[in-house]
Amino acid sequence: MIPEIGHYALILALCVSVVLGTLPIYGAAVGNSMLMSVAKPAARGQFLLILLAFCCLAYAFAAKDFSVLYVASTSNSQLPIQYRLAAIWGAHEGSLLLWVFILSIWMVAVSFLSTHLPEAMRARILGVMGLVSMGFLLFMLTVSNPFERLIPAAFDGRDLNPLLQDPGMVIHPPMLYMGYVGFSVAFAFAIAALLGGTLDATWARWSRPWTTVAWCFLTIGVAMGSGWAYYELGWGGWWFWDPVENASFMPWLAGTALIHSLAVTDKRGGFKAWSVLLAILAFSLSLLGTFLVRSGVLTSVHAFATDPKRGLFILVFLAVVIGGSLILYAWRAPRVGLGGGFSLVSREGMLLTNNVLLIAALGAVLLGTLYPLFLDALDLGKISVGPPYFDTVFVPLMTPAIFLMGIGPLAQWKKATLPALAMRLRWAFAVSAATALTLPFLIGKWTPLISLGLLLAIWIVTTSVVGLRERLAHADGSSLMGRLAAVPRSYWGMLLAHCGVAVFIVGVTMVKGFEVEQDLRMNVGETSTVGGYTFRFDGVREVKGPNYIAARGTFHVSQDGREVTVMYPEKRRYTVQNQTMTEAAIAPGLMRDLYVSLGEPVDNGAWSVRLYHKPFIDWIWGGCLIMALGGVLAISDRRYRLAWRRKEADLPAATQMARQTVS
Amino acid sequence: MMTPRQKRFGLIGLGLLALGVAAMLVLNAFQSNLVFFFTPTQVANAEVPKGRGFRIGGMVEAGSLTREGDGLTVHFVVTDLAKRVPVTFKGILPDLFKEGKGVVAQGQLGADGTFLASEVLAKHDENYMPPEAAAALAKAKAAGAQSSSTLVVNPR
Repeated sequence: MIPEIGHYALILALCVSVVLGTLPIYGAAVGNSMLMSVAKPAARGQFLLILLAFCCLAYAFAAKDFSVLYVASTSNSQLPIQYRLAAIWGAHEGSLLLWVFILSIWMVAVSFLSTHLPEAMRARILGVMGLVSMGFLLFMLTVSNPFERLIPAAFDGRDLNPLLQDPGMVIHPPMLYMGYVGFSVAFAFAIAALLGGTLDATWARWSRPWTTVAWCFLTIGVAMGSGWAYYELGWGGWWFWDPVENASFMPWLAGTALIHSLAVTDKRGGFKAWSVLLAILAFSLSLLGTFLVRSGVLTSVHAFATDPKRGLFILVFLAVVIGGSLILYAWRAPRVGLGGGFSLVSREGMLLTNNVLLIAALGAVLLGTLYPLFLDALDLGKISVGPPYFDTVFVPLMTPAIFLMGIGPLAQWKKATLPALAMRLRWAFAVSAATALTLPFLIGKWTPLISLGLLLAIWIVTTSVVGLRERLAHADGSSLMGRLAAVPRSYWGMLLAHCGVAVFIVGVTMVKGFEVEQDLRMNVGETSTVGGYTFRFDGVREVKGPNYIAARGTFHVSQDGREVTVMYPEKRRYTVQNQTMTEAAIAPGLMRDLYVSLGEPVDNGAWSVRLYHKPFIDWIWGGCLIMALGGVLAISDRRYRLAWRRKEADLPAATQMARQTVS
Repeated sequence: MMTPRQKRFGLIGLGLLALGVAAMLVLNAFQSNLVFFFTPTQVANAEVPKGRGFRIGGMVEAGSLTREGDGLTVHFVVTDLAKRVPVTFKGILPDLFKEGKGVVAQGQLGADGTFLASEVLAKHDENYMPPEAAAALAKAKAAGAQSSSTLVVNPR
């Protein structure tokens, strides 16, 4: 009964989305405020209906209702409750429901936080989001229904893929989807502006916080995915340039470019058409990413052939959304205008260069991800594009981008001069170059890439310090504290996010440059030294988990004769799917991670094992976290809060904008 | 001084140049890092590149897995049920590597015809066959159906 209620709620939600996607947009076009006012209640009603559907599916999982096909295929009676609930988004149908659910959360957020927007604008934004949700609901109800019954009911479920039975995987997809779907708000803002023909600095001011929030979620989501790969796959790698990873990384690159381009639109009124295009691009890539990962096309392009309805629907939907918005763009963007001119050496110029580099990097990732799929689909042979390609392409593209990241924030808008910039940054450059050249020798090994990485990281930090000092010198206030407080939060946010990039680069550089990996055979009682740490293998014993049996190894780790830690890597056998899983043991630290995983039993209790020493690897994810925190700090800035508060003063939008641009 | 017009052309030229360089870089890296995939039959027919890495896929022949005394070096045979390729790999095999199951390996062909794998991939679950491996089996089967005599003439 409960699954039928969920199914019915989805059908009702589809009906509501049809209303939401048509009436308010039509109302905005003809200026009928009755029709426009439908948007808010419709968005909220749709949220409640999808929430109901989501709860129904959660109930089916919690109650082990194996008469629901989706529950039977992704969970099992022995699966612990937290993983049964996480199994909601463990496969295709449920993750689509999660996608729509999160979309409706964003719609409700827009409906509550958009009271300062003109009614027509809000109606169009919610309308566009309604159309997107209509596409997804239609898809679910026609070819991918999570509530489909299995008759007769299965005696027990097929279990969740053991790789996904992990706390990280419980949170990773919702985070990632918050980011993906969050870009739908920026997208809806862009389409609404194109429809209304009013694309000005106010538009950018409104969409900036939404875009930044989505970007923060996406940053965390991508970082969590990478962290999961590191500790769960048992290989000790943190990024494989796998199509699944690229699918989440491409929207991130587009979103990063969008954030920077919106800053120019907001502050200077420039890059308007470009910002709109990036908003469309970011959301299109989010859609592409969802479908690449969830349609099964990556495991085999011929999955399309076995289930042509799904594949066809996806292709048509992508074509309608991307093609439709690009046609609208081509039609309307020329009216938008280009904004003021600027010289090549200026903050706009550098932001534009950065944008172009980010998009070039995005193009390179897209090529490497899709080209093998195309070849395969056209039966022209099978190829794969490995990490070396991405590594070769990324370093030269990102190096100038990161170098400019140091200069850009210090350059004047409109026109800056190179000699003056060089003067202001000479110390920052001298310090970075000297440290980058000497530090590797002190650590014990020099390669050009280590030096380059350190140079870029220290360059970001030193230029940030220079920028902050200049800011403080010009800020009002008598005491240092007063002047610190006078620096706007958006500026702190930018500094923090940029320093997050620096931390990330340090992590990548140190891991790539200094990691020690050793695969070896170890007898019981044998020791081996890796990166200054001595590992002693004390054999394995059997332990039982809720739905698996594991061989658990014991490793005593010591440094200079002092015991540091004891590590327990496991080799698990999940009984339902009879699948083996390596569960690595990790001793994390600020300066290094120790990583042990079990290979296979050899003979007489000996095992083949992996012993890794990974210096600074946690800085990679720490850097991502700092970037996201920077984003959060930036949106807590006064200028956005003022925008919320202004509605009480009830000023016309144009005046608001004029004031805030002046301040 | 340059006129605004000249300046604009200069800018556009510079932009195009940068874009061209970036595209060159990307395509060049792309070209040199493509890894092609071959079936055991293609390996046996010497259709594979010399001195360049590639991937092979197929099934791990049942009973072919042997391990050397160091516990790390393994030998096994990859087959598409028509031809067999012996493979040597030093390292820890992935969790899902099993005899009688699909596998994809990346590496180079040694002088003695042994495939020296640098990487063994098995990113799949119990019932799943890597698409490359499945394709290799299907292809060999199709070829066998067309000219089944070759199998009879050359039984291995």
